[in-house]
Amino acid sequence: MNKISVIIKREYTTRVKKKSFIIMTLLTPVLMASMFIIPALVMSNKDRDFKKIAVVEDGTDLFRGAIPNFAEAEFVYLKDVKINDIKNTFESAGYYGVLYISSEVIETPNAVQLISRKQPPMSLLEHINSSLEKEVEKQKMLAYNIKDLDQILKSIHTNVSVQTIKIDETGKTKQTSTGASMVLAYFSGFLMYMLVFMFGAQVMRGVIEEKTSRVVEVIVSSVKPFQLMVGKIVGIALVGLTQFAVWVMLTGAIVTVAKVNFSTKNTATHIETTSQSLIQSNNVAQAGQTVQATPQENEFMKGLDKALDQNWALIIPVFIFYFLTGYLLYASLFAAVGSAVDSETDTQQFMLPITIPIILGLVVAMGTMENPESSISFWFSLIPLTSPIVMVARMPFDVPGWQIALSMLLMLATVWGAIWMAARIYRTGILMYGKKSSYGEIWKWLKYKE
Amino acid sequence: MVLFETKEVTKKYATQLALDRVSISVPEQSIFGLLGPNGAGKTTLIRIINQITGPDSGEVLLNGRKLKSEDVYHIGYLPEERGLYKKMKVGDQALYLAQLKGLTKAEAMRRLKYWFKKLEIVDWWDKKVEELSKGMQQKVQFVTTVLHEPKLLIFDEPFTGFDPLNANTIKNEILFLREKGATIIFSTHNMSSVEELCDNITLIDHGHTILDGSLEKIRHDWAANEYLVTMAGEVKPEGNNHFSVLSTEFEGGKSNIRLKTDSGDDTNEIIRMMAGYGKVISFNPALPSMNEIFIRVVESQNSNQASNN
Repeated sequence: MNKISVIIKREYTTRVKKKSFIIMTLLTPVLMASMFIIPALVMSNKDRDFKKIAVVEDGTDLFRGAIPNFAEAEFVYLKDVKINDIKNTFESAGYYGVLYISSEVIETPNAVQLISRKQPPMSLLEHINSSLEKEVEKQKMLAYNIKDLDQILKSIHTNVSVQTIKIDETGKTKQTSTGASMVLAYFSGFLMYMLVFMFGAQVMRGVIEEKTSRVVEVIVSSVKPFQLMVGKIVGIALVGLTQFAVWVMLTGAIVTVAKVNFSTKNTATHIETTSQSLIQSNNVAQAGQTVQATPQENEFMKGLDKALDQNWALIIPVFIFYFLTGYLLYASLFAAVGSAVDSETDTQQFMLPITIPIILGLVVAMGTMENPESSISFWFSLIPLTSPIVMVARMPFDVPGWQIALSMLLMLATVWGAIWMAARIYRTGILMYGKKSSYGEIWKWLKYKE
Repeated sequence: MVLFETKEVTKKYATQLALDRVSISVPEQSIFGLLGPNGAGKTTLIRIINQITGPDSGEVLLNGRKLKSEDVYHIGYLPEERGLYKKMKVGDQALYLAQLKGLTKAEAMRRLKYWFKKLEIVDWWDKKVEELSKGMQQKVQFVTTVLHEPKLLIFDEPFTGFDPLNANTIKNEILFLREKGATIIFSTHNMSSVEELCDNITLIDHGHTILDGSLEKIRHDWAANEYLVTMAGEVKPEGNNHFSVLSTEFEGGKSNIRLKTDSGDDTNEIIRMMAGYGKVISFNPALPSMNEIFIRVVESQNSNQASNN
């Protein structure tokens, strides 16, 4: 036992001290945090570059006020201005662009042009499209001379926004955000795939390094091959866990900092405008309430909270379980492959049966996001070779407890079997030099007694 | 007293018999040569001694007891296929290997300081292994092999990669270790180093023992009635029906003459005959080199096998 801990310590410290490890560990959380923050920021920061747009018609005066101003842009209606007059000068006049509505717009839908120096954002185009569509429809309806048309239109105007609510067996309901769950599913599935592959391959490279540098012969004269293999696998697992822990903590820290920063920034601008009343009333609690009511901040917070509203107390432990077992399963297979070859270039023929299930798992995990309850997702989240990736991708969509338990049991049994098998291949393989190993050869190693 | 022995050790691999009832016996505080052509089964035997692999049948005894897994602490092994972690620092690496042999970190540190000083490699402590030349790596490896002061040392081709100066240093260290009580199994193809170092040898080929015993005795047994005679002045003896002259050379005022006698001839008779030519300074049996013996034994073994087949 003591020797295994000496081996674990070496495997761990040599890797943790590497520059590449430190860079990866620190950089990844920045990327992860930006996955949560950037969408929220984009949503709430639309007013950042507010645009002024000139609206020009030729001759007619049908669309005055048809396009309402919104968060991103203000529309200035210019009467009696010809398009050719302003086409080249709008920028110096302080406009972002010119919206030119030709008189044929009622008949031909593409008689509208937005002229600008830069590519206009999708949201602006959508806003203009929908406003003009509404206006054109209104104009067309007016042509039927219906009495009280305005009133009728107002009374039939309806807004529908689908709310997804999941109900479980006990009748408890939960509001879900499918978008955020999908992102999380994609993210965890892909992270699992990456971790298993990355650290599994590290085990393989470690074994090959020991074999090609011939250091293995010295070491197995001091420890049993099994101890060396287990020490290496556990040492690298600890490296993985260290990295994962740093990732979770740093991501959490960055998200929190972003949250705090954002709300204080909004608070600051808000306080300026209300400072007068604040000083007079001296009522901090009331100030807090007004600050919370700031619409932009609310939007950001809601987006962020929605993205973060998951059952983390279950998802993280389940993720760690599948990382550990999935890693153990693949790392032992990778160790066996590493022991059977003389150099990394020889690994290909043995890598295929290992990479196929991993990639299959990833493909199914991607499909899981579209349809989390499909039978293919169900089966692949039970089959041990693919379950680590598929199950974590299913987790954000509330998997029944018995499925998780069954999948975990199958996984543990398979891990045990894989380690047993790998150990037998490994102890023979690491001492075989020069001979090109084949599947038949490895099958023989499996059956050796000592 | 015998420190280590194997009794009728047999090991089969899938297609071949690597060792067939091989017995060796290594007296305490001696240097034992394990010889044999490539693929004879030496490495298999050494791996069995190191418990890297186990025999199919037969016994392996250390101090008269069956070999146990704790015995790895009393065995030091320098394999022929040796290496170190390339990216690891020399000092860290030596500490690591010492800890795997059961030394505490502090004790390993103390002994490493002593050895690094003795072999004048203190400056290498913080260097990465890949920065060292092959000979330098060998020196580090030698230190890690002997550091835990094992009772039984196994050196497989310890001199390859060394320049003559360093090879000599290592040879002296090996002799010094024996003096201090270590028993050494020494495997090599370099027969002149066998002559210099070994007390006993075993020669195996195709998994069989084909020659064993004390080095002295083997060389005498294989001395094919040849003698070296040194005589004062330039002498040119001629052969007769008792002996023939193989070679004569005159050097530094003395003649070195190599004779071959018919078997069973009385050496006194020959010395008397030689005295007739001049003053005899010395008369010695001409021992064959281990190189000659090796080649002759292995070749006759191979021709035996060929005729058996």
